[in-house]
Amino acid sequence: MTIAFDYTRSLGPVLGRFMAGLRDGRVLGARTSDGRVHVPPLEFDSRTHEPIGDLVEVSPTGTVVTWTWVAHPLEGQPLSRPFAWALIRLDGADTALLHAVDAGSPEQIRTGLRVRVKWADPRRGHIGDIACFEPAGPGDQAGPGAAAGALDGPVPDREPVEIMTTPIRLRYRHTTSPEEDGYLRALAQGRIVGQRCPACRKVYVPPRVCPADGVAPGAVVEVADRGTVTTFCVVNVPFAGQRLDPPYVVAQVLLDGADIPIPHLILTGGDTSGVRMGMRVAAVWRDRIDWSFTPENIAHFEPTGEADAAYETYAEHL
Amino acid sequence: MSDVAIIGFAASDHSITTSGVETLVPVFEDVLAQAGLGRREIGFWCSGSSDYLAGRAFSFVNAVDAIGAVPPIAESHVEMDAAWAFYEAYLKILTGEAETALVYGFGKSTAGELHRVLALQLDPYTVAPLWPDAISVAALQARLALEAGLFTERDMAVVAARDSGADPEELLGHPYLSDPLRAHDVARVKDGAAAVVLAAGERARRSRSRPAWISGIAHRVDPQGLGERDLTAVPSASAAARDAGLDARVDVAALHAPFTHQELLLRAALGISENVRVVRPDGDAMFSAGLSRIGAAAEEIMSGRADRAAAHATSGPALQQNLVCTMGATP
Repeated sequence: MTIAFDYTRSLGPVLGRFMAGLRDGRVLGARTSDGRVHVPPLEFDSRTHEPIGDLVEVSPTGTVVTWTWVAHPLEGQPLSRPFAWALIRLDGADTALLHAVDAGSPEQIRTGLRVRVKWADPRRGHIGDIACFEPAGPGDQAGPGAAAGALDGPVPDREPVEIMTTPIRLRYRHTTSPEEDGYLRALAQGRIVGQRCPACRKVYVPPRVCPADGVAPGAVVEVADRGTVTTFCVVNVPFAGQRLDPPYVVAQVLLDGADIPIPHLILTGGDTSGVRMGMRVAAVWRDRIDWSFTPENIAHFEPTGEADAAYETYAEHL
Repeated sequence: MSDVAIIGFAASDHSITTSGVETLVPVFEDVLAQAGLGRREIGFWCSGSSDYLAGRAFSFVNAVDAIGAVPPIAESHVEMDAAWAFYEAYLKILTGEAETALVYGFGKSTAGELHRVLALQLDPYTVAPLWPDAISVAALQARLALEAGLFTERDMAVVAARDSGADPEELLGHPYLSDPLRAHDVARVKDGAAAVVLAAGERARRSRSRPAWISGIAHRVDPQGLGERDLTAVPSASAAARDAGLDARVDVAALHAPFTHQELLLRAALGISENVRVVRPDGDAMFSAGLSRIGAAAEEIMSGRADRAAAHATSGPALQQNLVCTMGATP
């Protein structure tokens, strides 16, 4: 399973100007009351606890403080070929910045190596505007004052970057518990099974550790593929990834023989107004050829036409 | 204010699902049996885990199923190692809000990409978007310490060899994993869970003949920026040790060092001498490894093998956050 989300973060006045600096091809640092220049910038002075005011520009050239070699870059890292991670103290800064150094081979990287920023093109106001660092050439002078522009004065106000977006994508391989395994295998045979809690005797579908007693489930119990709507909602709002055209009904269905409802769809052929609490419904299975290890083997539930269940029969599930 | 003691510890070295529920049920049964308590006698439950690691939202809420929360319980959670949940539970008892507590941590590292997941605990603006993996970050720290002359790669291999029984010279012949770290420098991360039961004064005495009485506990944090602190010192560990009253009189220590060089840094920062016996569980389960150190140190007391013990837990990148708990055979 892959889970992805684009985090959009507000940057605030300090990081907003830092990112705007990167967009403009300049590295800015925060000067604190002790005179030290921090790159990346601190947002507050750790001694006085005052907000950081002016930012100062530092050199795009600096020195490797420590490094390690990445033989097999991972997804999302700055370079897709082998590279070095390094802490780099830029000329004019007192703290070191973490970034990638495109050194070519582990023999080409060492503590004390002079490196310079390789700017991304285009830039957007993001830490990735520094594509990576490269070994500095003879033209990259040591020490502050090497870069273009005044290094030691307030940086003229530019429009700060307000938001940065960082996509996060992670992969997982979820495994089933033995109880879930039995449940999913039964579905592949067109059956619905639960398991009975050995303490309170309730039948859980799908089987699970009893949330009331905290004990592992006991005997396997087959339940019916029909039951009672305990509660429901009519989905009228379209959303990304939606599989049905609204309106449609999502309901909790208390299967006969079970003590906990399952969520599923109730389809009535377009008109949702007849769906009600207590309505009796039955599973509509997909064609057997399409069955696999999933509750989606049941396409949806549909009304049976039986008399509604008495409220008392499902009241404790509301 | 109450005296507070540890009266039970249990752990599992595997995980079934990422929810932790099925794994925790037998761990709870085991730890409650040791403590001589029924689950409804627990006044406060507190857990440590990570949704990023589990790959599911509110995974700690799933795990509450293992408790059996009927009637309703008092429960809390930290999104970090359960050693910090232990701290919260200790305070609950100390302040008289609870008489007993069960603390647990769980994680299934093998379900996802652990070393990428751990990148997400770094600064979300300037560091995490670059996805530096956890082993690389540790390697940056190790090189700083090596080049400062604090120890050698051989010293690191000796730490690994002590636990594995391997020959340090042979280990040094292996290739680098993340230069200067070799495979043996990285703790084996496994799946699992752990649980500890705490109780106040009289209650602890009723449950066990020899509870592990907590004499001090403290946790501290160093700045988040990797370039903002001296990575060769661990000031937060030293400060936590001082506040927890850790001194030279401990018989045994359980240190949570995910990398060999970090054990060497921690020994210096905590002032753990060569004479102190160190217990080190085989492999680290994410989000319960620190709690397991507390449990392992408590077992040394409860079993009578030690009179004074210390446990350490770490969380965050490159030993950023550190917790120290000292305990003894008498309150």
